[in-house]
Amino acid sequence: MMRYDLTHIQPWIAAGSRVLDLGCGDGEFLQQLTRDKGVQGTGLENDLSNIVAAAGRGINVIQQDMDKGLNNFADNSFDTVVLAHALQVLHNPHRVLADMVRIGRDAIVTFPNFGHWRCRTYLGFRGRMPVSKMLPYSWYDTPNIHFCTIKDFESLCASLAIQITDHAIVAGEGETTLARLAPNVFATTAIYRIRRCES
Amino acid sequence: MNEDTSVGLVEPFIESFDEPLHLHNGKTIDSYQLLVETYGTLNAERSNAVLICHALSGNHHAAGWHSSSDRKPGWWDRLIGPGKAIDTRRFYVVSLNNLGGCDGSTGPGSINPATGERWGSAFPSVQVIDWVNSQHRLMERLGISQWAAVIGGSLGGMQALQWAVSYPDCLRHCAVLAAAPNLTAQNIAFNEIARHAILTDPDWHNGRYADHQVIPSRGLALARMVGHLTYMSADGMADKFGRDLREGSLQNADETEVVFQVESYLRYQGSQFSTRFDANTYVLMTRALDWFDITDGFNGDLTAAMASTRARFLVLSFSSDWRFSPARSRELVNALLNAGRPVSYANIETDGGHDGFLLGDPMYTALFAAWMEQVVP
Repeated sequence: MMRYDLTHIQPWIAAGSRVLDLGCGDGEFLQQLTRDKGVQGTGLENDLSNIVAAAGRGINVIQQDMDKGLNNFADNSFDTVVLAHALQVLHNPHRVLADMVRIGRDAIVTFPNFGHWRCRTYLGFRGRMPVSKMLPYSWYDTPNIHFCTIKDFESLCASLAIQITDHAIVAGEGETTLARLAPNVFATTAIYRIRRCES
Repeated sequence: MNEDTSVGLVEPFIESFDEPLHLHNGKTIDSYQLLVETYGTLNAERSNAVLICHALSGNHHAAGWHSSSDRKPGWWDRLIGPGKAIDTRRFYVVSLNNLGGCDGSTGPGSINPATGERWGSAFPSVQVIDWVNSQHRLMERLGISQWAAVIGGSLGGMQALQWAVSYPDCLRHCAVLAAAPNLTAQNIAFNEIARHAILTDPDWHNGRYADHQVIPSRGLALARMVGHLTYMSADGMADKFGRDLREGSLQNADETEVVFQVESYLRYQGSQFSTRFDANTYVLMTRALDWFDITDGFNGDLTAAMASTRARFLVLSFSSDWRFSPARSRELVNALLNAGRPVSYANIETDGGHDGFLLGDPMYTALFAAWMEQVVP
């Protein structure tokens, strides 16, 4: 996970709360949350070498492929469910989002904004799928199969009856003000805090 | 024997208990002894003790060597030793032969003090919870008030689980490997076939075979062959044996005896086992397996059972294990998660089958070691 995401996410997580980190990688984020906020963290991860690393950091980590569903987690069993920079690798991002707001009182999602002007101009002028430092893969060999823009994400949330309670953005150098005015063009990373709509 | 990674020469010792042990089935064992081995050193705070629970055919000899002429070290020597996953430089490791066993602890082969005769099949049906109660007494005897970890695979994993439920404050960590909350019908069926082989052996004599100076070796061998088969995976067997012949040739099958490698292997395993293992103990251990259900006392509610625990868990399954399938481990994990208990889980990719927990898959040992590093002595 990108370090600047963490800075934004941290204040949204209550001290001592139960946190489920979907795609926890080597467990660095949960380790930090455990240290700084005393959370009871659980990580979900599918890659065994990441699991070994996370276990070595003292993280409780479960091997599971979230694309195959999260039905084993009960409703409201966590305070916060985090999905950081993994939305775009999922086969069924909409199902995972629906599960996140079911399992957690609160959910936090971060993703790279494909509506960023660099992506637009790359595709618009070169006529090819964007390859950058942040998204370094070629289209045919990439874990990133479901890119979306900020507008796409917000419209998906609306159709899933998911309420956006907070959001933040990360922008490139010198573009922070612009990104506040036109996030879908200038934000490189979008950070959302969501929950299910109370019916 | 590698001096750097082996616990070296070890010597088992006997602990005798004279206070009656009340069993789950209502019977009582007035006195008994347990054969125990330890590796590493108990620290001054007495906080670094780790209990190893053995499986169906295991015993107290989990690591090291009894003599320099031993062919093999203890059954879990891959995992226990200096610098290994269960690091004897950090932990004081306690391993015992369970009550009802046949390797030195009181069991069907012992003399019943009340009658002066061998127990034989009259030895009480000891269950997992009884083992855990007897191990708890051993813990107190050794001056330990809390295990840093209780660890077991298969039937040993069931004991570790029972520890976490029966004595939640007596262990800080619990590792349950290749186990299940209870056995499936298929799993019980395999045990029944094994028992049937023993109980129908003409040398069984209602479990009093010792009085007749015989052992039901054919039944025991067959029981072991069936058991052993179910501990391996189809892919593992294909790799290890394929269709290779040990003797004879298929072109010449009428004149020579044809023996596949796999046949020879199973026969050897069966006959070895029948000379070293006691038939009554085998029957007792398989019944303990069949009768175990961690949800006993919780109205069948696994989440409620797990909610009563205090330990931090490691649950591991092995991808090709069809005797204790990964799905059964996941049941346990989901119950722990929904009970809000701390747990780590992985399904180790291996063709080692149920025996995977005894073997040295690198990812398995790496994960186990990483998790054990977090166990503060």
